[in-house]
Amino acid sequence: MTVASDFADEAEPFRISQLIYDKRYRSYTIQVVTIMMFMLAVAWLVNNVVENFRELGKDFSFSFLFDAASYDINQRLIDYSSDSPHWRAAVVGILNTLVVAVLGCIFATVIGVAVGVARLSKNWLVSRLMTIYIEGLRNVPVLLWILLASTAFSAILPSPRQAVPLLGGGFVPTNRGFYLPAPVFESGAMFLGILFLASLVAAWIFKRWAAARQQATGEILPVLWIRLGIIIVPTFLMYFILGMPIGLELPELKGFNFQGGLYVRNSFMALWLALSLYTGAFIAENVRAGIQAISHGQTEAASSLGLPASRTMNLVVLPQALRIIIPPLISQYLNLTKNSSLAIAVGYMDITGTLGGITLNQTGREMETLLLVMLFYLVVSLLISAAMNIYNSSVALKER
Amino acid sequence: MKIKLLTLALGAAAVATVGTSASAATLDDVKAKGFMQCGVSTGVPGFAFTDDNGDWQGFDPALCRAVAAAIFGDANAVKFTPTTGKTRFTALASGEVDMLARNTTETFSRDVDLKFTFAPVNYYDGQGFMVRKSLGVTSALNLSGATICIQTGTTTELNLADYFNTNNMTYEPVPIETNAEAQEKYLANACDVYTTDASGLAATRGSFEKPDEHMLLPEIISKEPLAPLSRHGDDQWADIIKWVRNVLVIAEEKGVTAANADEISKSSKDKEVLRMLGTLDDFGSKLGLPKSWGMDAIKAGGNYAEIFNRYIGPDTPIALARGLNALPGDGGLLYAAPLR
Amino acid sequence: MKKDIAYVATEMLPELPAPVNTHGPIAWMRANLFSTTRDSVLTILFTVVVLLALYKLLPWLLIDSVFLADSLRNCREIDTGGCFAVVVSRFNQLIFGFYPPQLYWRPILTFVLMFVAFAPLLHDNLPRKMLWFTAVYPLLAYWMLWGGAIWGPLLILAMVAGVYFVYQYASKTLSAGLSLLAALAFVVVWLLFIQTNLSDAITSTIGFVGLEPIESDKFGGFLITFVIGVTGIVASLPIGIVLALGRGSDMPTVKMICVGFIEFIRGVPLITLLFVASTLLNYFLPPGTNFDLILRVIIMVTLFAAAYMAEVIRGGLAALPRGQYEAADALGLNYWQGTQLIVLPQALKISIPGIVNTFIGLFKDTTLVSIIGLLDPIGIMQPIRSTAEWNGIVWELPIFVGLVFFIFCFTMSRYSMYFERKLDTGHRN
Repeated sequence: MTVASDFADEAEPFRISQLIYDKRYRSYTIQVVTIMMFMLAVAWLVNNVVENFRELGKDFSFSFLFDAASYDINQRLIDYSSDSPHWRAAVVGILNTLVVAVLGCIFATVIGVAVGVARLSKNWLVSRLMTIYIEGLRNVPVLLWILLASTAFSAILPSPRQAVPLLGGGFVPTNRGFYLPAPVFESGAMFLGILFLASLVAAWIFKRWAAARQQATGEILPVLWIRLGIIIVPTFLMYFILGMPIGLELPELKGFNFQGGLYVRNSFMALWLALSLYTGAFIAENVRAGIQAISHGQTEAASSLGLPASRTMNLVVLPQALRIIIPPLISQYLNLTKNSSLAIAVGYMDITGTLGGITLNQTGREMETLLLVMLFYLVVSLLISAAMNIYNSSVALKER
Repeated sequence: MKIKLLTLALGAAAVATVGTSASAATLDDVKAKGFMQCGVSTGVPGFAFTDDNGDWQGFDPALCRAVAAAIFGDANAVKFTPTTGKTRFTALASGEVDMLARNTTETFSRDVDLKFTFAPVNYYDGQGFMVRKSLGVTSALNLSGATICIQTGTTTELNLADYFNTNNMTYEPVPIETNAEAQEKYLANACDVYTTDASGLAATRGSFEKPDEHMLLPEIISKEPLAPLSRHGDDQWADIIKWVRNVLVIAEEKGVTAANADEISKSSKDKEVLRMLGTLDDFGSKLGLPKSWGMDAIKAGGNYAEIFNRYIGPDTPIALARGLNALPGDGGLLYAAPLR
Repeated sequence: MKKDIAYVATEMLPELPAPVNTHGPIAWMRANLFSTTRDSVLTILFTVVVLLALYKLLPWLLIDSVFLADSLRNCREIDTGGCFAVVVSRFNQLIFGFYPPQLYWRPILTFVLMFVAFAPLLHDNLPRKMLWFTAVYPLLAYWMLWGGAIWGPLLILAMVAGVYFVYQYASKTLSAGLSLLAALAFVVVWLLFIQTNLSDAITSTIGFVGLEPIESDKFGGFLITFVIGVTGIVASLPIGIVLALGRGSDMPTVKMICVGFIEFIRGVPLITLLFVASTLLNYFLPPGTNFDLILRVIIMVTLFAAAYMAEVIRGGLAALPRGQYEAADALGLNYWQGTQLIVLPQALKISIPGIVNTFIGLFKDTTLVSIIGLLDPIGIMQPIRSTAEWNGIVWELPIFVGLVFFIFCFTMSRYSMYFERKLDTGHRN
């Protein structure tokens, strides 16, 4: 115990005003006041909702989720009919959101990487065209792209009755959607699948072995070709030995529409294409920035070690660039997922279309449905950011 | 210091008082605003559309004008809010509009679950199908596998699901938001069939460049009693809408028109007519309205028949027959409770 | 020097031009278009694609297109290309919506004045007195666009002056935070009890002085885009600053509230927030309160932008060298003084490119309001297309709208890049 604090205790017993003027206590005062104001604000909002609901005679309950939805959804990945409950309609919507988001992210990445690398090409024409693509796409609202894609499909493509099947009847573009051949699995397909998985494992083991061998002897094997061979050849041979157990079902014009095959609706195509092209332009910029951020010395160092150009890219530049590219890339994925809610503009039945759209209308439960929709997006966003944080900490430069 | 604490306390008190303004009855609100807010559809030819000046016209806005006239004596004391199938109920429930006069079907769940009060039906409708003649379809029962354009958030969506389910047929729904969008999709052949209320189909077909290439299928798969509605819990307001609608029908029954209302109010011997036009008894004040409410409502756009014929009747491009919407004497269902 | 060696040239030979294959267009093409086989293939492929696209599009877009006609049918009679006559004939609607034509000068003047208001924020070599205009501009813009009596905006100005005096008076004895609270209380009291009553009183005694009032439902086209975008970004700036400071605060509860708000808003799509504006916001307000959709949308858009703004400013705060904070402490400045005088001015300056980028994003995102029924440039296409004259128009309207968006966004993004470079050279050490 020091003299000073004794002195302070005697001279200044705790006074109320210290809560405001003393730096030691002020932070508590501010926090308590903030919490109180925050709670007051929340209480005020909740109270308003309660009062408004009472005045309108509404209640707050999620029981509507178990009533029959009584509407139909065109694109459904799980069993659903108009007799199914509303929650099942919501699940159909969630799956549709996830499908377009995942496929969109994949395609956007492919476009983004290709365009981003091409933008840095020494070829004047190529790099100019890529610049035009990037700036053109980025500076126009994505909603306009989605609407344009949808109009393009319904205005340019022929109606099913006038449609011309392409690729030997396997691919039929119409103004309602694209018909693709669907795989038909017969007996033996199962075995083929197992074989394929086994080849994948074998290829992976080979890669490990080749890497170890390279470490030990310095000999570089043509890994890519050998692995491709391991993966494809046995399955391919077995496919014919088993008498082609996986067939293709081609779409056929019957009645109003084509029947059979895989039907990809234009609402999906428009949304997927527009989101991918738009987000791809942003990803291309991230990729370019990432590659440019790697100092030229790294490339030169790699050449002076005698690495050929392709290996310089794969072993030196890209691994370092990825560290810079991936965080913005993931936030682009996040944007794409959130933008997929614009599905409602083209009638694609995602979660905003089913739960936040038709269910909301038919039941009049705005509060409950919108809360659930927001919750879904929030969970997805938080999961994606969590993934990003884990990645960030795993690749953070470990200095000193 | 004390003074400052006082100011703080005052401020806090001020914040606390924000929440206490109670809502008055709809009629008082409307009178205070000086106009009524009426929700209409975003556009169905004949039923609700904007004219060259950007003013709303049509069968539905005409009812709004009649109600506004009954309240203010001025048919223009009304503002229109276009609503989609999706936004209409929230607009009404949240108080953004005071009434909906928009092809809205009266159903149990809307009445009971969504808590709305429906006035008597002002248009009896049913859901139909429109197809191209070139498809060679003659009955809705041939529609299995068809791609169908349908407005989301409407009863037609549910009827359609039920109808195809009961008849063991499949279909491909293409959900769209507005009538205009549906028209565009249908004409681009992105759907084989457009389904909505038969009146709306006839109206839409009438606006096509070549109406003859399209036809309505004979099946009417549902009852669609279209009625104006207001929020639950304000009976006075609901009564006003109900009786303005009734007055328009009674006026047709008794041959009172916008042109002859003044004269009849003096010459007529019929007690109901005199009560309606405010010559006998003051029914208006019982509703909280001026004595001339019935007269004003009729003069706003004429009686039911006049409104019908002006916007959707046989002489318009939409050319709807009165059908069920004729007076009982002419074989219709249009009936109004007696004004006494 | 030996002059007798005849074969030594005494004069320099004139320079020969460099060989043809190292300069001039051919050399350039060799270096930039055909340097390797792969390059050559790519070049030829892309040239063919570009030429083909131009061959298909140009006639439709420029050569065969029609710019003057009174209906689509009329267009088709004149030529086979695009019918841009629809853009010409509905130009005013695309820009102003249903704003009364005789009053177009009001939005135009507001738009021009916006640049005057923003100029001193972006260029420090302009006279500082212009900032006064910047401060008044939001009120002026509101009044010019919506019209109404001048008394309301003037009284708000009076309130701002009042707040200033209350704050000054209070801060003589109270800490900055508490003075801020006192000023806030003054604002609340003023808005609840004084503003409307006083403005009504003045109107009844002096009379109506002002502009013809315009209802929100007359707003449309790019006017809505600008009103929502600019209001959203300006109003979100102060909220964003508070949130960013709160997120960086060492008080756990304050930090939690700010982080919660920011992550919530950034985690949900804007369209769901707009649905909240169109269907739910009224439930959160006392029964009986009701205001129009544009205002509700602006509120939600502001909250939306504030979360993104907070992240931009947090970036600015983080980029500031630690020494600046320490210097403020060393000078004996308290938190508010240090933040106000040292941290924020620098952090905001670094954040300007980020703010501009947020603005571009928001500007594009305002198109989402068409989904909840506002007639912004995308929303207004529908009514135009459903009129008898232009029924059947497909590409022309979106092309025009997209082009306008492109011009604005591209200009702004170039400007933000220029600004970034300008700031970069100033601060590298």
